[in-house]
Amino acid sequence: MAAVFSLFFLFIFNTAFSQPEGHHKEEKKGFNAKEIIFGHVLNNHDFHVLDIVKENGEKKPVSLPLPVILYSKQRGLDVFMSSKFHHGEENHLNYMMLTDEKIEALELEPNKYNAQDIVAVNEAGAIDESVRVYDLSLTRNVVQMLLALIFFTWIMLSIAKKYKMGQGVTIAPKGAQGLLEPVIIFVRDEVAKPNLGKRYVKYLPFLLTIFFFILINNLFGLIPGSANVTGNIAFTAVLGVIAFIVIMFSTNGHYWMHIFNPPGVPLGVKFILVPVEFISVFIKPFALIIRLFANMVAGHIIIICLISLIFIFGNMSAAAGWGTAPFSLAFTIFIYFIEVLVAFLQAFIFTMLTAVFIGQAMEGDHDHDHHEHENGLPDVPVMV
Amino acid sequence: MDLMTVLLSTPLGNAGGAVGAGLAAVGAGIGIGQIGKGAVEAIARQPEASNDIRANMILTAALVEGAALFAIIVGFLAMVL
Repeated sequence: MAAVFSLFFLFIFNTAFSQPEGHHKEEKKGFNAKEIIFGHVLNNHDFHVLDIVKENGEKKPVSLPLPVILYSKQRGLDVFMSSKFHHGEENHLNYMMLTDEKIEALELEPNKYNAQDIVAVNEAGAIDESVRVYDLSLTRNVVQMLLALIFFTWIMLSIAKKYKMGQGVTIAPKGAQGLLEPVIIFVRDEVAKPNLGKRYVKYLPFLLTIFFFILINNLFGLIPGSANVTGNIAFTAVLGVIAFIVIMFSTNGHYWMHIFNPPGVPLGVKFILVPVEFISVFIKPFALIIRLFANMVAGHIIIICLISLIFIFGNMSAAAGWGTAPFSLAFTIFIYFIEVLVAFLQAFIFTMLTAVFIGQAMEGDHDHDHHEHENGLPDVPVMV
Repeated sequence: MDLMTVLLSTPLGNAGGAVGAGLAAVGAGIGIGQIGKGAVEAIARQPEASNDIRANMILTAALVEGAALFAIIVGFLAMVL
């Protein structure tokens, strides 16, 4: 056991000293896995379609530019297309878009400056630290989220119109109604009604919106080449905050009394229990945020890594690359099916946990354990 | 303090993140395996409740996986930061 442990440490320290730099993979000039993975998972100011590799090895990126909207107190509002930056090679209107190469070349702190950040520069081209730029651009994630929103509203409004005209009410449902009605009934009967009781009608639009919005954004993110909307912590954080606000608005006096004064608990335990209960009010939506974000981003990274394996091996030798391809593709297709399942599952879990938390907040007066019976018999019927 | 900063600026941070994520995967595997075991045994005892049991199993598995993914995110942060 000690031998295993010491061998383990030996190997770890071995790799630590053999590569003192550790952060760039300069040996793989042909394929930079980290750049590809983070380029897909993080947010960008354009829709990157493909790279054309010319004969001299230079990469010419082909992409769809998106509007860049910048605001700073000193310079006011600036709006232009991201093609003016020419993928980070030129500055425009005294703004510079950072790329990984620039961050290394200018020796900027890698924690403070990330790729695709836009910073203000002065006339000489050096970074002007005093100008705080607020980046309100229509980035890749924003555009894809808006597209998902338009698609979602269009589908829902069109089936609502059909229902109003009687299709699906007096005669059998047709088309998109047939696709969505079972799902909507499922959310109503399995998620809303069991957790919210009689008052489910008030919360049903919110729960349905959350479910379908997360689901459609998850599914759009699975299309190859699309942006990773739900795997973005800002997106899930906003959803979590909205769910938190709805939960807070549904609380009543009993909920807070149970948190700050749990019934039937001895005084010593209360000192521990009350802080834990209070923190759990905030931890529950936080867990919702992290769960959705981590599931989606992990799935995307797995898929990209599996495909990148082909190119990593291909860098070593062409035969190894071709040999890896069938296994990598088979595994990727398998993971893709799991990701579709995870897309549905995570939307369902977010919605259901929100419904559970709202139900817990709304709980009314129920029988506490501290009322006495005259004859000392328990409440439940006992077989004699 | 110097030894710590030297160690953390090397790929030891990457190795630590990877080991942590691997342990999280082990935890998730054990947890979800126990859920599956309980669910399958319950279905064997009462096959007509299989739909309810399946719904509960998927819900509990997602919660356990959420906990494992917390650890994976921390491992990820250890690698990146």
